[in-house]
Amino acid sequence: MLFDSTLSLKHNVQIMKARNFRYIRPDSLQHAYRILEENGGDAVPIAGGQSLLAGLNMRLSAPKLLVDIGGLKELAGQSQRDGTIRLGALTRHGELLQSDLVRKQLPLLAQAAAHIGHVAIRNRGTLGGSLAYADPAAELPACSVALRATLVLGSAAGEREVKAEDFFKGLFETDLRPGELIVAVKFPAPQANTTAGFAELARRRGDFALVGLAAMVSARRDRIEGARLVYFGCVDRAKVAASVSVAVSGLAMPVLDTAAFEREIRQDLTPDDTPGLRAETKLHMATVLTRRVLNSLVMQAAS
Amino acid sequence: MNTNTRSSTGIGARVPRLELQRLLSGRGRYIDDIKLPRMLHVCFVRSPHPHARIVSINVEPAKQARGVEAVLTAADINPRCEPFVGVALHRPGHRSAPQLLLASERAVWQGQPVVAVIADSLAEAEDAAELVAIEWAPLPVVGDQMQAIAPGTPAIHPELDDNVAFDFSLERGEPAKAFAEADYVIEEEFRFERQMAMTLETRGLIADFNPGDGSLTVIHAHQSPFQMQDVFSRHLKIPEHKVRVIAPDIGGGFGMKLNLYVDEMAAVVASMVLGRPVKFCVDRLESFVSDAQARDHRIKARIAFMKSGEIVAMEMDDIAAVGAYGMPMRFNVAEGMMAITITGAPYSFENYKARTRSIYVNKNLIGMYRGVGMPLACIATELLTDLAADKLGIDTVEFKRRTYRPKSSLPCITPGGQRLETVSFHECLEKLVELIDYDALRKEQRKLREKDVFRGLGIATFCEQTAYGPPYYGPSGAPISTQDGCNLRLEPSGSVRCVTSLTDQGQGTLTGIAQIVADTIGVSIEQVGVIGGDSSISPYGGGAWASRGMAIGGEAALRAGTMLKHNILALAGTITQTPPEALDIIDGQVVNTRTGQPVISLADVGRIGYFRQDTLPPDHDVQLSVSASFVGNDKMYYMANGVQASYVEVDCETGFIKVLGQWAVDDCGRVINPLLVDGQVRGGIVQGIGAVLYEECIYSDDANLLNGTMADYLVPMADEMPDIVVAHVETPEASTKLGAKGIGEAGLIGAMGSVWVAVNDALKPFGARVRHQPFTPERVLDALARARSGRR
Amino acid sequence: MTDLVGHEDVDIEATLNGKPLKRRVKARQHLADFLRQELELTGTHLGCEHGICGACTVLIDGRSVRSCLTLAAQISGKSVDTIEGLSQSGRLADLQKAFIERNAAQCGFCSSGMLLTAYELVSTGEAASRAEIREYLSGNMCRCTGYHAIIDAVEAVIAARTAGARQS
Repeated sequence: MLFDSTLSLKHNVQIMKARNFRYIRPDSLQHAYRILEENGGDAVPIAGGQSLLAGLNMRLSAPKLLVDIGGLKELAGQSQRDGTIRLGALTRHGELLQSDLVRKQLPLLAQAAAHIGHVAIRNRGTLGGSLAYADPAAELPACSVALRATLVLGSAAGEREVKAEDFFKGLFETDLRPGELIVAVKFPAPQANTTAGFAELARRRGDFALVGLAAMVSARRDRIEGARLVYFGCVDRAKVAASVSVAVSGLAMPVLDTAAFEREIRQDLTPDDTPGLRAETKLHMATVLTRRVLNSLVMQAAS
Repeated sequence: MNTNTRSSTGIGARVPRLELQRLLSGRGRYIDDIKLPRMLHVCFVRSPHPHARIVSINVEPAKQARGVEAVLTAADINPRCEPFVGVALHRPGHRSAPQLLLASERAVWQGQPVVAVIADSLAEAEDAAELVAIEWAPLPVVGDQMQAIAPGTPAIHPELDDNVAFDFSLERGEPAKAFAEADYVIEEEFRFERQMAMTLETRGLIADFNPGDGSLTVIHAHQSPFQMQDVFSRHLKIPEHKVRVIAPDIGGGFGMKLNLYVDEMAAVVASMVLGRPVKFCVDRLESFVSDAQARDHRIKARIAFMKSGEIVAMEMDDIAAVGAYGMPMRFNVAEGMMAITITGAPYSFENYKARTRSIYVNKNLIGMYRGVGMPLACIATELLTDLAADKLGIDTVEFKRRTYRPKSSLPCITPGGQRLETVSFHECLEKLVELIDYDALRKEQRKLREKDVFRGLGIATFCEQTAYGPPYYGPSGAPISTQDGCNLRLEPSGSVRCVTSLTDQGQGTLTGIAQIVADTIGVSIEQVGVIGGDSSISPYGGGAWASRGMAIGGEAALRAGTMLKHNILALAGTITQTPPEALDIIDGQVVNTRTGQPVISLADVGRIGYFRQDTLPPDHDVQLSVSASFVGNDKMYYMANGVQASYVEVDCETGFIKVLGQWAVDDCGRVINPLLVDGQVRGGIVQGIGAVLYEECIYSDDANLLNGTMADYLVPMADEMPDIVVAHVETPEASTKLGAKGIGEAGLIGAMGSVWVAVNDALKPFGARVRHQPFTPERVLDALARARSGRR
Repeated sequence: MTDLVGHEDVDIEATLNGKPLKRRVKARQHLADFLRQELELTGTHLGCEHGICGACTVLIDGRSVRSCLTLAAQISGKSVDTIEGLSQSGRLADLQKAFIERNAAQCGFCSSGMLLTAYELVSTGEAASRAEIREYLSGNMCRCTGYHAIIDAVEAVIAARTAGARQS
């Protein structure tokens, strides 16, 4: 869901030129914090702008001031220290695909990034932007929860850290407070026996998924030991599907029968009917996808 | 035709388009690229309701906004334009309420324009449009055709007393008896959702009314400048010779830019009111609620056949929702009429019954879009015959071989009323079978089914009416010209300038015309310059629609070329004192055919013809500019045909469908340029695949559009589309010298048919059938679930 | 004094088609409108203005970008290339030739975006399968050609470029 397309039709005018706003390019992160503090709710940060600008063009939102944080060096960069990988908020989706560090240590992110939009979108869109926007159909929020990431949030008052699973509060809603920015995301290096699994059902390459699954699974001798399954596209936010994760643990692989977790899928996932897709169909698709992702891990292990 | 000198750029050659270097360098000139001095921009305030009464409109705050020149309502605009009544006179009983430019008392579809805001820039017009306050009182909504015809549903237009725009039936032979006595009858229901043409460039125009001389120039992204010249003149009461319509580069048309739109007319009126140029470019969101849409049919169809394999009868019952008014000029009966008249055309059978109804609903108007009703006929025919073959235990290809109309029966009139003269069903089928290695594909399909991989192979035969003639549009009362024309002038330097009445939205028509002119005269294509799309300078004509450009405009170019060549040779004969019969033009040189020697260059002919007439005998009449027009007076249409195949895989767990391969064998008559023809076929095919698998305007039950963005309306993109193999059978049209029939819609028609059949072929092991287009994953899964529960 | 409120007009300094550009732009104007309306570089087209169709694709610092989802103000300090510049410099010549030979454009409205995305791909110097080319171009809508000819053209250019690289 990029935006609620019915919104624009409920207006009298179908519009494609943004309302007037002011623009500022802060010199430093501290400067950005001061601007955000000074302008309160009137100010909206912009980095890649790949979701924000589409909404502005349609006048679905009307900030008074755009704060361009895209050039702030403090928000860029990737590093690894003491078993933690730190990705700056400005890490672009395309970099997730290219980065050796990400591909080696966080393959889930690299797998997911390949499904985000198209090359031109991945060249601009950022990790921090995707998490802050908190689209329930987006890939990266789900991956960050599956990977037990911690978000570093900064403001004029200083920095604080929030676990990804606590960060996403609801539909397009996060724990970000007024004046706060995502500075970086910290990922614990996955344990040796866990494997990343990712799949989504999208009508076209790069579309938002009807249903998607980001999974971290530990397995031993063809049996699932533990799983952390995070669905997107069919819940209001990125969160661990706790019952399904428990239900699949202990299953022999390959999983042939989905009965062991069908009930739990209904318990954890509460999709709404959307135009052209009933909730019931999404649940069925989530079930199929779960089995496929789990079994793809067997294939991965075998190869 | 200069067959003895056929060059690498003449008729039949793969000539790259002359326009492409310009278009590929960013030097195209589309409507929104053009600026005129003192030009204003208009933005429309539209109804957010499918049906509502206007209680009040307050435009005062908008008038005060920065950059605003005027804010115009129905009271300002409507009286200046004769209302449109989209009724076809040759269809008895067809009716529509008159359509005014801006909604005045009530709006009858979501998106109907209400207020025009005109400002210095589009952004400022939009700023001000947001300030227009309209108070609405919503009225009961007629959401679809079934509701619209249910007893007790109020009429959208009270003066029509019900919602039926048109109700037409036909019967040939004794269908009731044939159905009763048949060994087998198979019945299916088909549902086609609404879709968009979705040209990448949206609609647009710049209207420039000049109060100084009362003239109107409209630069218009339109497929038929002559149609619009007539409309502007007639409805705005401007003498026709003072109206000029120019089509610049156009970013795709597909029929959608052939229709007539009230917002476009209102923009022209705004230019007349203000005496300044006004630009109106539809933005993408607006296109969803204002472009003419297509399809929206519910069809029941039956086939009756015997154990012997003989088809004895077919029946079609079509109910189409056509929006809130009849589409002016182009009407809204065409899809239904084509669907029922073309159904069954390739097959031998005698008994036929059909009915089509066009029904008003509170939705945007249905208009022309590539294929019109022809794909619906193809789908119904090919799915039913494929199922009939299955029932008989006959391979579907073998069934087609046996039941296609034999060549020996041509010419003939089908039970639906189609005249078939030079069709080539059998040749196309055999070529296709070879092309796809049919038996190998079937074998692979069977093997994979054992591994729970469900693939389907669909073959679809189609007829394509092209190039409608005067018997088709003439009786409708609409001033739509089905002729085209061509002016040619030998330039003094020996090159040739051509002005055609055609337009080009990317088909490459202008290059095709250049090929014909070059070939006919005997010069290379580099020596020919072609322009089109200007109603003031070329002979009168129809433009580019209904797959007609090359067939009609090409024939006119051929005739003009023949005339010019004749005049050149006459002059060359006089200059060189040689009988013209002994001369020919080869590679830009006049040649003595007896000696084979060049006798004079065209440059010298031109130089003498324009500057040294003093050296000619006093009575030699030099005519180096010629004009020719062409129309097939008695021709309803030409009839192209072809066969396509789709190979698909259905993921029966998720309902996702992947098209693995697509093949087309097409007979469009004489192929002028295979590069262009293949482009038309492939482009049409992808629109056809899009229609069957992806494209749908999703409406709520009460007619609110739910997916009005390009993120939500799914157009096929490169990653999902297959490679497409194209081959040809050439059976020239017999009634013209050129022999071209037309190709614009064939790809779409055949692909829609073959994908429908292929997907349902894949689902056969489950006994499941999907009949609701587009075939979304959910509809496929629902079909499988119905089959599992014993329903079909 | 440190600016904390920003402006509706923004000064930018950038490189456009290889030449320095110094302008004052409207904060709300996206890059496509700036190019088209202010600089009259109309070769960059607008098909949807919400980031789906790819018609407005330009290069920023050599990477393909949707100019409808980028503010003109955001290009300051960056290098922007459009269809006009890349055509004039001859950098698109082999792609344009391949597109023309195979009729990989009809109405031409998608072509600028398609060429620039393809240019980014062929500039990597790496081989790509037809499937990979299709995926790379999957964000650029073409309503006319059916894509096949476009894939043919890009495939041919990649083949020629990689063969050229092997020889040299």
